[in-house]
Amino acid sequence: MDFFNAIVQVLDSTIRLSVPLLLACLAGLYSERAGVFDIGLEGKMLVGAFAGAAAASVFHSAYLGLGMAILISVAFALIHGFASITHRGNQIVSGVAINFIAAGSTIMLGQAWFQQGGRTPALAAGERFEAITWPGADALRSVPILGPIYSELISGHSVLVYLAFLAVPFTWWVLFRTRFGLRLRAVGENPAAVDTAGISVAWLRYRALICTGVLTGIAGAYLSMVQNGGFVKDMTAGKGYIALAALIFAKWKPVNAMFACLLFGFLDAASIRLQGTPLPLIGKVPVQFMQALPYVLTVILLAGFIGKAIPPRAGGVPYVKER
Amino acid sequence: MSTPYAKLPAWADYVLIPLINLFVAFVVAGFVVILVGENPLRAAVVLVEGAFGRGQGIAFTLFYATTFIFSGLSVAVAAHCGLFNIGGEGQGYIAGLGIGIVCLAFDSVLPWWLTFPIAIVAAAAMGALWALIPAYLQAKRGSHIVITTIMFNFIAASVMVYALVGMLKPPGSMAPQTRTFLEGAQLPKLNWVIELFGAKIRSAPFNVSSLLALAMAFLVWALIWRTKLGYEMRTYGHSPKAARYAGISEIRIIIIAMMISGALAGMMALNPTMGDQHNVALEFVSGAGFVGIAVALMGRLHPVGIVLAAILFGMLYQGGAELAFEMPAISRDMIVIIQGLVILFAGALEHMFRPYVQALFASLSPKSVGMEAVKGKGA
Repeated sequence: MDFFNAIVQVLDSTIRLSVPLLLACLAGLYSERAGVFDIGLEGKMLVGAFAGAAAASVFHSAYLGLGMAILISVAFALIHGFASITHRGNQIVSGVAINFIAAGSTIMLGQAWFQQGGRTPALAAGERFEAITWPGADALRSVPILGPIYSELISGHSVLVYLAFLAVPFTWWVLFRTRFGLRLRAVGENPAAVDTAGISVAWLRYRALICTGVLTGIAGAYLSMVQNGGFVKDMTAGKGYIALAALIFAKWKPVNAMFACLLFGFLDAASIRLQGTPLPLIGKVPVQFMQALPYVLTVILLAGFIGKAIPPRAGGVPYVKER
Repeated sequence: MSTPYAKLPAWADYVLIPLINLFVAFVVAGFVVILVGENPLRAAVVLVEGAFGRGQGIAFTLFYATTFIFSGLSVAVAAHCGLFNIGGEGQGYIAGLGIGIVCLAFDSVLPWWLTFPIAIVAAAAMGALWALIPAYLQAKRGSHIVITTIMFNFIAASVMVYALVGMLKPPGSMAPQTRTFLEGAQLPKLNWVIELFGAKIRSAPFNVSSLLALAMAFLVWALIWRTKLGYEMRTYGHSPKAARYAGISEIRIIIIAMMISGALAGMMALNPTMGDQHNVALEFVSGAGFVGIAVALMGRLHPVGIVLAAILFGMLYQGGAELAFEMPAISRDMIVIIQGLVILFAGALEHMFRPYVQALFASLSPKSVGMEAVKGKGA
């Protein structure tokens, strides 16, 4: 029973840890499917986290915080669009620039506005998203097997967690069942064809980037307003890059993205849980090995040893209209 | 594919446009300074004075610049071959492992001028090795070099934590770093060069690895513009198809370019470890690999431009430290913002002001933008 409870706990923290990855991964999905590489996911999450926590603590409202996180994150996505769509700049360079600006400005503005060494004030109840207890969760807790699963795994998360998992089928529906989604995928594969059909490539890519900004904003808000009661400097700590790895791992598909993020979240949860405890057969696994595993797996996948990851064909190439 | 931009005179292309971009980046940075309630002009004065006002500041500026010359050259060599090596950070970090092992082994037996060459080779080899795997995967298996080098940055970070905590840390010590190197692995300072001009320096880490950096800048120039290999790299960078048609081996050229790039990134680690801290510590690279991207873009991928851009960023680092001291509302993170803005305006938005500059040149003298040549051909 102890063993079972331990598993439930690890899975519970797997869900918590994979939510920001999942949101950022879906965010990247929109922009990369539209042919815009985005290594600025990290930076957009970071500004989202900062704007969310800052607005929530100033206006005393979690939802205003979330709104501000989305707004600022979309603004950064639009900067990326301005550079890489309108001015046909290098998308990777633009993404790197956004990560730098985000890392520097969040700490500096945080220090100037709140004077807590780059932190935002700790969020009080009502300023952060609280866990939702589902009906009957407490009553069922004592039921063996199903009780802990229902009350720990399914119930007891914040609204953003459910939002993240609902975003998966929603993204699938948008991409594969709507006209917007069809065009978005087309613009990532063959923008010239979309242009010939009389649809604006630039406007379509901008809309894809706005979707990206909304999702990274929510991801950031989750980090600073759910996982942590406030913003801490560099709190994304490479999650944007792991999300990017997960996106490749998922071969740019929404449902796969969920499983990839759950896998990477599980690795993270397991490495926290296993810290210092020896595993049967293998012995003690260094924490660093577990931390590096998502990156190693992605490299192996990219090398084509586990299936082949084929990116959208027009990815990374600015569209130049023929003249 | 037709480029959407007409030609400009070379000096406008290589000097005027970068300066305009840099200026805009600083103007936007000035707005950030206003946002935190300080005077941007006064901030600029403090920054420049902090970097060049006294001998001490100049020595620190050049110390920082040395690291950035290496990382800028690293990015530039790969970029000439059409590859974006974003993994300089990891390649430099892992090179610390080679340097650490060499210095710990030889610092008690050899003088510095024998340890230094061995350490250079070790650092370059480790950096090149760390770039080899992504290069091989790009060349052979077609995996995107940007993504793999990013992944290798994180893997390097994990490996270094493991190595420092598990192997290199002296027994009984808590801090995850090697023991302090003995005299045999401490690079001599070059502060006396600045003191020749009458300045006083208390202590600054400006050291002989700066000479290595300048030598590398020259070698990179010679490699890119004066050798067959460099020609092949540039050909591949311009047009992989043309290179293939010319019989240049794609696999060979990608791997060689990336290994040179990695070796340069690896040498970046010599300056902070053997030149300054005299140990290998956690996170000693502290973002210098990424600064290389800004430096290379700012320097238009030319060694001369890179050395100048590296000094500019050295100035930002040193002056930024002074600035944080003078103006409490501005922290050292201001440099990170400026860096980001420079990358944005000099890199991603490099063409933003081009049409205006072109229009200006065209109205002043149509010849300078090649208008007559274009006319009649319908291009």
